[in-house]
Amino acid sequence: MKALALAALFLLALGLPARAVEPGERLADPALEARARAISGELRCLVCQNESIDDSGADLAHDLRVLLRERLTAGDSDQQAIAYITARYGEFVLLKPPVEPATYALWFGPPALAALVALAILLRLKRRGAEAPPAPLDEEERRRLARLLREGG
Amino acid sequence: MRRLIYLLPVALFLVLAGYFALALRPGRDPSVLPSAMIDQPAPAFDLGGLDGKAGLARGTLEGQVALVNFFASWCAPCRVEHPLLMRLAQDEHVPLYGIAWKDKPAEAERYLDQLGDPYRRVGLDESGRTGIDFGVYGVPETYLIDKEGHIRFRFVGPLTPEALQRELLPRLKALGAS
Repeated sequence: MKALALAALFLLALGLPARAVEPGERLADPALEARARAISGELRCLVCQNESIDDSGADLAHDLRVLLRERLTAGDSDQQAIAYITARYGEFVLLKPPVEPATYALWFGPPALAALVALAILLRLKRRGAEAPPAPLDEEERRRLARLLREGG
Repeated sequence: MRRLIYLLPVALFLVLAGYFALALRPGRDPSVLPSAMIDQPAPAFDLGGLDGKAGLARGTLEGQVALVNFFASWCAPCRVEHPLLMRLAQDEHVPLYGIAWKDKPAEAERYLDQLGDPYRRVGLDESGRTGIDFGVYGVPETYLIDKEGHIRFRFVGPLTPEALQRELLPRLKALGAS
């Protein structure tokens, strides 16, 4: 039973994302290393473009991780270190695009569309509720209904 | 008038389809990225040379329109574009400079010995830092630098005769390359 649980744990661990950061790259200062990891998770690897440089095994990703750690060690703030890399590779390296006029459609488009649809549904429901209830059956109609029910039964 | 609202989804679809068509148009390579360095001054660098020859620094390029080609002995597409570079240097008299990116000196030397050396000068960027300063994300890449030392154009991937005729040579002429 214990062996089974251990095996299950092992299998679970296999599913965790493999990190590409090599032991030799890590900084001795844990706080600085944590900052470096957080930043490199946000930076796109230019070689395999849907991976962060933290995940990527590409050579250039390794170089950028080392460069990032050098900048932080030299006393750069997080913003300065990120700006250093975007100055060379453009905002494309940011996995999360910044909020600015060029990206407004990207950031606010989907919520605006959802709000529009919600508004349309709301208006429709309101109109349906406002409709007058149908008038009650008159004498002639009631007789017809009774006849139909009898014949159908 | 009310009917028009039913055309809204069709209109939205057409806009979306337009964007998709733009992204899928033939000849577009999604892995080619725009350079953030266009119209920026070329980064400062001072690289050692190969075979005991003089290296390459930003100062070397000053006052002329120059092409800077990043290559590496380990890069297969570089071998593909190499004959074109040889022809470019011989026939067009274009000031072509090379930077061996993330390469070992002995291997870069052997590469140029075997295939010929089209470059006026070659700098060795063993650490790859100069490449990163240029925004290089893979070799080969070719940068066009004007007389004032600003990067004006970048070509990603191996140069082809068509790309040379259509994209590079007209720009060289416009900048007044001698």
